[in-house]
Amino acid sequence: MSTKLEDIVRDATIEVDAVNKKENRSLYKKREPIFPKRATGQFRRLKWLIMILTLSIYYLVPFIRWDRGPGAPDQAVLIDFPGNRFYFFFIELWPQEVYYITGILIVAALLLFFFTSLFGRVWCGYSCPQTVWTDLFIAVERWVEGDRNARIKLHRAPWSLEKIGKYSLKHTIWLLIGVATGGAWVFYFADAPTLFVELFTLQADMMAYSFVALLTFTTYTLGGLAREQVCIYMCPWPRIQGAMMDEDSLQVTYKLDRGEPRGRAKKAHDDENFGDCIDCKQCVVVCPMGIDIRDGSQLECINCALCIDACDGIMDKMGTPRGLIAYDTDANLARRIAGKAEQFTLLRMRTVLYALAIVFVCAVMGYVLMTRSSLDLNVLRDRNPIFVKLSDGSIRNGYTVKILNKERSVRQFAVSVDGLPVETLKINDIADTSTAPIVEVKPDSLRSVHLFISVNETNLASASEPVNITVTDTENGNSVTYDSVFIGPEKRP
Amino acid sequence: MAGTPRKDEISGVETTGHKWDDIEELNNPLPRWWLWVFYASVLWAVVYWIAMPAWPGISDYTKGMLGYSQRNVVQNELAAVKASRAEWDQQILNSSLEEIVKDDTLNQYALAAGKAAFGDNCTGCHGSGAQGGKGYPNLNDDHWLWGGSLEEIHTSIAYGIRSTHEDTRVNDMSAFLRDEILEKAEISDVAEYVMSLSGTATDAQAASRGEELFVDNCVACHSEGGLGNRDLGAPNLADSLWLYGGDKATIIQSIAYGRKGVMPTWEARLDPVTIKALSIYVHALGGGE
Repeated sequence: MSTKLEDIVRDATIEVDAVNKKENRSLYKKREPIFPKRATGQFRRLKWLIMILTLSIYYLVPFIRWDRGPGAPDQAVLIDFPGNRFYFFFIELWPQEVYYITGILIVAALLLFFFTSLFGRVWCGYSCPQTVWTDLFIAVERWVEGDRNARIKLHRAPWSLEKIGKYSLKHTIWLLIGVATGGAWVFYFADAPTLFVELFTLQADMMAYSFVALLTFTTYTLGGLAREQVCIYMCPWPRIQGAMMDEDSLQVTYKLDRGEPRGRAKKAHDDENFGDCIDCKQCVVVCPMGIDIRDGSQLECINCALCIDACDGIMDKMGTPRGLIAYDTDANLARRIAGKAEQFTLLRMRTVLYALAIVFVCAVMGYVLMTRSSLDLNVLRDRNPIFVKLSDGSIRNGYTVKILNKERSVRQFAVSVDGLPVETLKINDIADTSTAPIVEVKPDSLRSVHLFISVNETNLASASEPVNITVTDTENGNSVTYDSVFIGPEKRP
Repeated sequence: MAGTPRKDEISGVETTGHKWDDIEELNNPLPRWWLWVFYASVLWAVVYWIAMPAWPGISDYTKGMLGYSQRNVVQNELAAVKASRAEWDQQILNSSLEEIVKDDTLNQYALAAGKAAFGDNCTGCHGSGAQGGKGYPNLNDDHWLWGGSLEEIHTSIAYGIRSTHEDTRVNDMSAFLRDEILEKAEISDVAEYVMSLSGTATDAQAASRGEELFVDNCVACHSEGGLGNRDLGAPNLADSLWLYGGDKATIIQSIAYGRKGVMPTWEARLDPVTIKALSIYVHALGGGE
């Protein structure tokens, strides 16, 4: 065991340099490639698990079927632009209900704030698409070219058949993953199985191919070539999240109180002058961001916790307790240095407020969604002309009445008017001249009819009178009322 | 402002020599990505000059290798729109007005086409909302001089009123004063009678004198009681709608000098499909008849 450890330590001193360490990265410096070593341990296992889970969701969800009856798409999650509908399992949204999406975005943002204030950058470390795909791309690279040392060697070697072969294979696989990513994206916008066949038989829409190409490009560039640069230079989130965190937020931390002064020791505590850190730099070699966690919390650190796994492995070999690098808080670091006991405070003002905000928004969303009507009404009063005088002297106003039937069956609606002594009520193109003419609306559609209301001028109290237009489902009695006005000539005093 | 470049002590970078209010500019290199985008833009401009219309000449311009022209694009788009409408236009042409109205899709198409055609051709006189004006009928109300059925509206639009078309709708409201048929006082009496028909008269005696004159001179066209005659385009004088105005002075003017409003024939200017669409649109405005 100890010889192996010595090997590690010797390797480390030769090759290891945290390329994104502040001192190593001057302005305008060209990017230094990073060759993260394979890590093993509980957090690596968790990351594999989350990768499988999130990628499965992304790639498979479009293929889940959901029966909505005849004539309706049977895809569980579908953004149907031509049909103007958004389908999400049992929910079916019309374009004017896009505020639900806003609600979801607000909840998503609040959840992100909540988890960041509790556990630090868990989003960055585990579930951000950039992290997941980069992780996948690095795994491919490792599979093709070997682990860290082999990759560095290959990188420094002159061009050879082997190098060209390996690099081509790697980039080909990356591109294929990119194509799959773009391919899965377009499935959310059309019937997935149909589009799947169309894509391969070259019968799909040009738009579909364009988006596949676009996402292939972005996936390949961001996940394969740009990698950590996206997090360091492009992403606003590392800059913003400082506002969500405080000294009690968990972050991947090097416990310098325990590790320092770092130095070589073959067994635990065999030299009183050294801390537990043996300076093997395993935390540096596994880091996909190219930093040294021992420099303290840094903007570049995505808290992927791979250095924890690497360090724990070494600590096991050393016979010292695990957790020299661990999820810890700044407050605890200060407490330990001051000789006090560790204490994790999850219940803090900000976490409580974030949680309350989440509950509140979810409750509002849930309420609105549950009480959502399958019937909607819009009334537009004619403005040109404002009113029409008829030959019998009565005043007529016209209204464009739009009835939205959000159900998948034909429905009959009675249109009625109150608030005014109505002389005649007529809907253009509908023979029914009763006081509540029936309008039939096709399934899942909007019908626009023109309603004429005429009132005897002597019955108008003022030039503008309120009028309520109500549509009632003749079958179940559901109704919606729209408040409009009836305008007549100015009353002369 | 401009000075000699010098080395900045703090950053160790050369300055540009530019100085404003003692603020100097460091001559840092441009970001590489920016520089490449700049070079690419320059290259793109050259490619664009060659490929697309770019440089103006005295009487012409460089056409570019791709032969692109916005005018052609518009013409192609117009042709495409026309082609896409052809099928519907054919159906409109082959169907009767009644059939079109009964077919929901065709009706919607005709209404949309009619609305556009109305805006282009009719609003000058009838107003943008077809609300009309003095001498120009309001097409939203329920008063139709020549009839408000689809067919009757179609005839009015196609042949016009007092137009140059041989089948034009035409009538002749005499100029009773100018042609010396009635005296001024008599015309005033007739006007009072006409106003009494819709209950707006102020002088009952004059009105009763006017009644006799009305029977002798007006009933032939305007019918008994002034109820009008659609076949002749004679308006109903007993309702509350007036094409030129219902006050006494205007009525006297109408009787004394006659009224000869003109609507041109549209057959010569618009294609049959548009006239059909217009008829349907106008019919739908106020519910038609």
